[in-house]
Amino acid sequence: MQLHEYTISELSSLISKKEISILELTQHMLGRIEKLDSELGCYISIVEDQAMEQAAKVQKMLDKGILTSPLTGIPMGIKDNICTEGILTSCGSKMLSNFVPPYNAHVVKKLYNSGSVLLGKLNMDEYAMGSSTESSYFKKTRNPWDTERVPGGSSGGSAAAVVAGEAIYSLGSDTGGSIRQPASFCGCVGLKPTYGLISRFGLVSYASSLDQIGPLTKTVTDCALVLNAIAGHDPMDLTSSRRIHPDYTKALINDVKGMKIGLPREFIDDSVEKNIRDAILNAVKVFTDLGAECVEISIPVMEYVVPTYYIIALAEASSNLARYDGVKFGYRASNPKDILDFCKRTRSEGFGTEVKRRILLGTYVLSSGYYDAYYKKALKARAIITREFNKAFEQCDIIIGPVSPTTAYKIGEKINDPIQMYMEDIFTVPVNIAGLPAMSIPCGLDNNSLPIGLQLLGKRFDEQTIIKTAYTFEQNTEFHNLRPNLNV
Amino acid sequence: MNYEAVIGLEVHAELSTKSKIYCSCTTEFGGEPNTHCCPVCTGMPGTLPALNRKTVEYAIKAGLATNCTISPFTKQDRKNYFYPDLPKGYQISQYDLPLCKDGFVEIETENEKKRIRINRIHIEEDAGKLLHGEEDNNSYIDYNRTGVPLIEIVSEPDISSAREAKSYLEKLKAILQFINVSDCKMEEGSLRADVNISVRPKGSNHLGERTEMKNLNSFRSVYRAIESEIARQIHVIKSGGKINQETRRWDENKGESYPMRSKEDAQDYRYFPEPDLPPLIIKNELVERLKKELPELPDARKQRYVSEYGLPEYDAQVLTSSKELSDFFEETAKQSTNVKAVSNWIMGDMLRILNERNLEIVDIPFPPSYLVRLITLIDKGVINGSTAKNVFDLMFDTGKDPDNIVKEHGLEMLKDQSFLLEVIEKVIRDNPNSLDDYKKGQKKVIGFLVGQAMKATKGKADPQILNQILIKRLED
Ligand SMILES: [Zn+2]
Repeated sequence: MQLHEYTISELSSLISKKEISILELTQHMLGRIEKLDSELGCYISIVEDQAMEQAAKVQKMLDKGILTSPLTGIPMGIKDNICTEGILTSCGSKMLSNFVPPYNAHVVKKLYNSGSVLLGKLNMDEYAMGSSTESSYFKKTRNPWDTERVPGGSSGGSAAAVVAGEAIYSLGSDTGGSIRQPASFCGCVGLKPTYGLISRFGLVSYASSLDQIGPLTKTVTDCALVLNAIAGHDPMDLTSSRRIHPDYTKALINDVKGMKIGLPREFIDDSVEKNIRDAILNAVKVFTDLGAECVEISIPVMEYVVPTYYIIALAEASSNLARYDGVKFGYRASNPKDILDFCKRTRSEGFGTEVKRRILLGTYVLSSGYYDAYYKKALKARAIITREFNKAFEQCDIIIGPVSPTTAYKIGEKINDPIQMYMEDIFTVPVNIAGLPAMSIPCGLDNNSLPIGLQLLGKRFDEQTIIKTAYTFEQNTEFHNLRPNLNV
Repeated sequence: MNYEAVIGLEVHAELSTKSKIYCSCTTEFGGEPNTHCCPVCTGMPGTLPALNRKTVEYAIKAGLATNCTISPFTKQDRKNYFYPDLPKGYQISQYDLPLCKDGFVEIETENEKKRIRINRIHIEEDAGKLLHGEEDNNSYIDYNRTGVPLIEIVSEPDISSAREAKSYLEKLKAILQFINVSDCKMEEGSLRADVNISVRPKGSNHLGERTEMKNLNSFRSVYRAIESEIARQIHVIKSGGKINQETRRWDENKGESYPMRSKEDAQDYRYFPEPDLPPLIIKNELVERLKKELPELPDARKQRYVSEYGLPEYDAQVLTSSKELSDFFEETAKQSTNVKAVSNWIMGDMLRILNERNLEIVDIPFPPSYLVRLITLIDKGVINGSTAKNVFDLMFDTGKDPDNIVKEHGLEMLKDQSFLLEVIEKVIRDNPNSLDDYKKGQKKVIGFLVGQAMKATKGKADPQILNQILIKRLED
């Protein structure tokens, strides 16, 4: 087995036993990127020099016993909408193609402090707006299972890098499924934590009330390890929770006996590809065979989740993206006639089509005369959807279902049909609307040998139940060991 | 037909918290451009606002001091518009749930007290400043002021004249200074007003179309802009025209206003709840604590000056018009046995000198105790009134205490009878006719001769003794 194939927990043990050095591991990972990334396009920036320096520094601190985190020396990648001091943070956009932040995001600080080694910044849909990573200004990321296909998005680079062994783990962000859907398309573990569990400081905002940072890993154990490192209150983000988070590795228990697993009728209807439905029903069988009880439930508001999500997300986005006017940072138009021309041209030239579409829609739903019909109504719908999920959780401990109605599709296949793309977010967006935690784990392959994701939805701040259920599934199946054949 | 004006004011006051509303940058005025800012207040990607609780407390205090109700549940909203001095492309303000509402302040009009209702007070952040290059043709932006906390105080349209508007502003300024939440320095832009004006036939209860003038930053501008706009509107109506609902720009130099933006071009600010900041729950305990912390307010102080010191209403009004002035008076009065004299000195010579020398109270180079000693010197007969005025001027020049000044310049009153008699003899010798005039019954000669004697003694003669000696000499 090669170093990039190991999990965090395995590498951590090799490092602490001094069987491998952090420099050696980092070097190996950089070599792997060098070999693969021209084809896969996971990274926007690779920080080779910084990675080697950091590796050397961390090794010294480890040797002195100063650093003892399970993440010490583990090479990782970070989605390019999470600010890294001194390193380009482009959001996959021309607009920020020259933006080097003078600060680290809260999560980046935490990962650096734990001794994790940054390899580079990962590709994404422009401003996290998309579900195929095709809208990146820089490049397309290819799905490691089939390079003709998309890796999902918007954290497509984050998912593909983990699966291809170009990073041991990565961070992504999830506003409407942007961690879970690429995790499902690429076949890794992706967690969207409860809104407020992780500081958003330094995450370039798309939709503030929905955005959340989360880990993408090979296994549930790795997910718990990364979550431990990045969770917790941050005084710089007033929407981050003050509650003390538990040690998530304590939830790595192989036992679902007596658990009530909710399966919403609406999650396995005909809109879902048959292969996926079968895989979900197989997962149900795995759980019931282990002594869990499957409860059929219903979430009648599902038909409203996509419009509700898009109204709220785009309204917030239209305001969050107003700061990109060329005045203070990022791209600026040249030779403007006047300030209005400057601002207009900067935004017209700096933003891509999908971003412009979303800004326009968001501006529209907030406009006077339309606010009540759209935004205000969406807020009401949000309250109702949240209530529906809370009610559903009265009948079960966890809800399961698909992540996406389809597996990875061909590059270019859906890019011209935004409505179709939006509709496929149906199973991921309610989680963000209600602020819940949810995870995607591999649960099979379809007829084209493409990974299928199983989604596990938990109660607010109950990541533990998700971790326990997912861990049990992993311990009793082999899906997490499936890897694409990359011919290298 | 007679017309009356209906005026409402929106007053922006900068809060004097040490740090900005959403980051820890200093709020200090001035500084090299872009030295009082950070990634948060310049709206860099990924940064988030973290509310400074002090700004909320200051705003609540302002609400309590203006008889407002404090909302137990309030939130912040985004006001979206593009302008280069607005780093995020939106201003964090409050829209439908302001922190304070339904208050009032009382102002004095010519013959009565009038209550001006306050609709709301909300918190928001200030914007930056556009600078235009002197050597080049470029525009620059200074973000030092972005994120400085503001309160916006919105009155009901209860104001009927420029004079009332000025009184209202003065009252707000005094209150905010008394409770120490804003220094209200208009010249530094920490107090500015938007004025809404309409006119209607006297006695009508129908409201006319209104116009708005923004960012008036001196009492004088507010006064003149209102006077001018009332006259303009009446003129338009009388000549058969119609008032357009519009925003007008006041040109202080020309003393005129110009249409800037009509109602149709009014910006759609697309307000919506600020998703980066959770709603604010204002606990009753906090409001009660702040209520206890409130100092004596100008109205209460004024009443006390009348009842405790026996000052006339007018004097009490002037002395409580600013916190510094009132505090200076208070300090002096506390140490003096002659409060009436303290009030007279402050209202008269002190305000005159400050005005002439363009000084603020804080610039006074001596402590209140020096004024107390000056008054004591007069009361004890060490110096006379006219010398005292000179001494007071010297106190402003040098900051020295009056005893020293009197000693140094030998300004004690001359009480020596034989010396004063000599002076009088000389004055009579120089004015030989005066004695005859007196004997013919022209008593006003006395005044003339005293004046001459005073002049001869450089004003230092004890006027009482001088008078006695003179009359005795004339009668002889
Ligand atoms: Zn700042």
